Formats: sequence, structure tokens, C-alpha cells
Amino acid sequence: MPEPAHLTREDVAHVAALARLHLTEEELDLFTGQLAQVLDHAADVASLDLAGVVPTAHAMAVTNVLRPDEPIVCLDRDEVLAQAPSVEDHRFRVPRILGEAP
Amino acid sequence: MRSDWLLVIGLEVHCELKTTTKLFCGCPNMFGDEPNTNVCPNCLGLPGSLPVLNQRAVELAMAIGTALHCDIRASTFHRKNYFYPDQAKDYQISQYDEPLNVDGYLDLPDGFRVGIERAHMEEDTGKTTHAGASGRIHGADYSLVDYNRSGVPLVEIVSEPDMRTPDQARAYVTELRAILVASGASDGKMEEGSMRVDANVSVRRSVDDPFGTRCEIKNLNSVRSLGRAIEYEAERQIALIESGERVVQQTRHWDESAGRTQALRSKEDAYDYRYFLEPDLVPLVPDAEWIRAVADTLGMMPAERRSRLVSLLDDAGGATEAQLLQVATVVDLGLDDLVVEAVAAGVGTGLALARTANEAATDAEAARHLDPKSYVALLTLEMQGSLSATQAKAVLAELFARGGGDPATIARDKGFEAMSEDSLAETVADAIAAHPDEWSRFCGGDDKLAGFFTGLVMKATRGQANGKAVAAELRRLRG
Ligand SMILES: [Zn+2]
Repeated sequence: MPEPAHLTREDVAHVAALARLHLTEEELDLFTGQLAQVLDHAADVASLDLAGVVPTAHAMAVTNVLRPDEPIVCLDRDEVLAQAPSVEDHRFRVPRILGEAP
Repeated sequence: MRSDWLLVIGLEVHCELKTTTKLFCGCPNMFGDEPNTNVCPNCLGLPGSLPVLNQRAVELAMAIGTALHCDIRASTFHRKNYFYPDQAKDYQISQYDEPLNVDGYLDLPDGFRVGIERAHMEEDTGKTTHAGASGRIHGADYSLVDYNRSGVPLVEIVSEPDMRTPDQARAYVTELRAILVASGASDGKMEEGSMRVDANVSVRRSVDDPFGTRCEIKNLNSVRSLGRAIEYEAERQIALIESGERVVQQTRHWDESAGRTQALRSKEDAYDYRYFLEPDLVPLVPDAEWIRAVADTLGMMPAERRSRLVSLLDDAGGATEAQLLQVATVVDLGLDDLVVEAVAAGVGTGLALARTANEAATDAEAARHLDPKSYVALLTLEMQGSLSATQAKAVLAELFARGGGDPATIARDKGFEAMSEDSLAETVADAIAAHPDEWSRFCGGDDKLAGFFTGLVMKATRGQANGKAVAAELRRLRG
């Protein structure tokens, strides 16, 4: 596995923007350092010979957790919509959307 | 399209699964309910709620994989992160690099094989309505969201870019829809959005060229708009290239009323989804026994149903072009079992197929609910000559109206007493006696006059006589 590219302050700003996190300049510096440490640790693992090791998909060795296809009682609509900042026509009213759903 | 250009088409079909509840919560999966009535903390993305996978949805997804000849494998779920209010939790749970079904194929009715890259599970989004001045996305003042559809189970079926004509794309969607319905996975209602199609289209000059830059077309709500959109998009790309410009890879929206595709304004980072494994779900690992159990529940697929009818026609001397169309219609409407039962009971294949494709098909819903025994009994009466074709059609309409019944009783109620052989012979003899000249010409070999005499008998019996029986009697008398 190749060495991960060195994490830059711009990378952190980009990821923060994707996650809609507004970081201060100080926080950008702080998290760039912390995230670089996390990536360094991942790079340590990547340097091991892992051929033949099955990837771990979950911390628990459990598969096929399923439920029967049976309906529950849903939430009361008035109660649900009462939590919303804005409602119209029994729907959640949200600010104008730029672009279409991805 | 111009003959010096070649098309390359791949299709992505989203299919809503016919479950009782959603994919990760027990809210009803129901189209058309009052907005925001089928919601719970899970599908509203409320903190602390946890997803639990719906077993029925998994089995329907496996049924689709089986019907499309896929490898069904161990799979995982990822979070696809994006900010758009159609998902309250700001991510969609989807299968990413380890989908449930891979490497399958679908054979079109003409034998052309389209590869299936994958068919993976994911959850549907809520429904947004854009409100404001223009009523469109651009320029909308605000949006309204209904989360009833949020979390409804979907399977996304991704074809290989194997199709080369709009006709093939149309045939693919039509056949896929039939397979989805036959496997019980979907109701296949494109108009209700339970089946949605996106098309990836590119052009090139020669089969030796690599694929051109492709555009993805969304908002294709019918098989017809799929064909139109592909044709429009191909012409647009060709015009661009010929004028020295380049095709830019992008998502385009089909505008049905304007008959054209339009680029969607998307944000720069729109496709940076930051996928990661969904920590609240464990891997889905179907074993061979489970896969076999699901396969055993699958009924016959449309291709098999068509060839079953064609082989019945072959047994009866071969299929005509018109009969092959009747076969397609009958299978499409799910009425082929009626034909098979009728033939097994001794009804002629041609008659059984024609009545089903032409008459039963006019009310397929009623025909599907009709007791096959009634239907077979009716066709048998017509076959034996006890009812004329016209009478048989009238009795069938009555069977549909009543939702069943005994065809013989209905025929009697309608006054369709089958003519006895004696009275038929008598009526034919009367017609001959009244027209000796025509009779001698008929005896002299003028076969057209058979129609003349049949007409006379029909008139005398007010349509109660069986045309075939009259013709047989005329031939017998001629000797
Ligand atoms: Zn729910």
C-alpha cells in the first residue's frame, strides 16, 4: 500500500466544508495536527504484511441481524411536525435548495 | 441517429421493493398516504435511533439477483454522506464496494444479452416539493419535505454499457420491469415512481474507438421518454463534437415537455460522498441454503413463459408473426396460465391464444381473477361449436362483469341456445332450396358462395348458428 499523501490544512478545510463544520483558524491548525496523527497510525498498520487477512467490516463478529417485515405504530404527525422550525401543508418547510439531490 | 456515429448506453434502474415496511424501520412502505404519517425516529434521523435490516427486503433483493443470474455474495452497507433535506439524517445507507448481487445478465426477447454489473440494496429518500415563484428547483423560494418514502427499500440495478440503440434500451427496461414484477419484488409502476430509470449515454465513431465521455440523464418517467431522451442526448453530443467542442461529463435532467436534456447545476463537491462503513449495521452474509430457499420461491420468468406458449404453438404446427405478438401480450398481462390450462383441456392453441390476447386482455385484471375452470369451460363450448365466436365473447364479458360463473348457464340466460344439429341442417336446407342457382354454382366449385349461404343461415338464426358448423354442413351436402 502506498504511503498516504501528507495531510494539509487545505484538506482539513475541505473535509470540514463537506461536513458543514465551521472551523476557526485555530481549530484548523489543531485538527490538522490531530488528524495527521490518526493517519500516521493508519499508515503504520498499512505497512504490515496483511495479505490473507480478511478485512474487518464490523467490530463485532456478527452477521445477518434481521427483523421480520412487520409494521410498527408510527409517530403522531402533529407531535413530529411540532418539533420542526417551519411547517407547511403537513410537510417540513426547508430553506431553498441549490442544485438537485445528488 | 446519423449512421456515421455509434451510441453506447448503460442504464441504472431504481426499483422500490414490495415490502410491508421500510428497509431499516417498521414504518409502512405505502405509496400515496398522507404526508409524514409513516415516520418514526429512525427514518426521521432522530439521534439515538438504530437501523435494523428488513429480512423480507433482503429476500426480494436476492430474488432479483437470482432472476438476473447474478452471483449473490456477502455484502456490507455504507453511509453515503450528503447534505440535502430528502434524507433527514444527512446520509443515505447504501451498498457500496460490496454489493449483494454482482455479474449477472438479462436476455432481451430477441436474444441480445445485456450484462448486469450489480444490483445493490439502498434506502429511498423522502419526497421534496419545490415551492415558490417558478415551481421549479431553480428559483424556488423554499422546499417542502414528506418523509413517508424515506427509508423505503430499493434495489439499484446497474447494467453494463452494452446497449447500442434506443430500442434496446426500451426493450431492456420493458423486460426488466416484467422480471421485477414476476419475481414479486416490485409492482413495476413507473408512473408512481416505484421504478425509476437513469441512462448513461455516450457516442463514438467506430466500434474500435474507446467509449466517449458520457452524460447521465435523470427524470425518465416512462419507456417512451427513455427512448426520446437517449435520441436527443446523442444528437446533442454529436453536434458538440462536430463543432469542435468536448462533451463534459455531467448529470442532465430530461424535460419531457420541452423534449430536451438540461445540465443540472450541481455544487462543486456534490460527488464527494465520504463513504464509510455503516457502524450500526453488521455484514449481510447469505449462505447457500438461504440463497437456494429464495430461488425456490421464484416463479417462472417472462422469457420462460413466452417459450412455453411458443412451444405449444410449435406443437400445433408453428407460430405466425401475429401469434408471437399475442404471446408477448398474454405473458405481459400475466394471462399465459389461462392459455396453458385451456390447451391442456383440449382447446385449440390458436383459439385459446387469440381469445386471451384479444378478448381476455381487454380486462386483464378481471381475467387474472377469473376461475380458470370457467374460462376453460367457455373456450371448450366455443371449440365444440356450441357457441359462436360472437356468443363466446358476449359470455366472457358477462363472466368478467359477474366475477365468474358457469359459462353454459350464462349462455342459456342470454338465450344462446346452441342449435341442435337437426335444426341447423334444416335451416341450411331451407337456404339452399330458396337459392337453387347459387347452390348449383357452389356445387360447381364457386367456393365464395359458402359465405353467401352462411350469411343466410346466420340471418335466419339471428346469429345463433356456428359459422364452422354451417360450413361443414354445406361441404357435406355438396358431397
Ligand atoms: Zn420509520
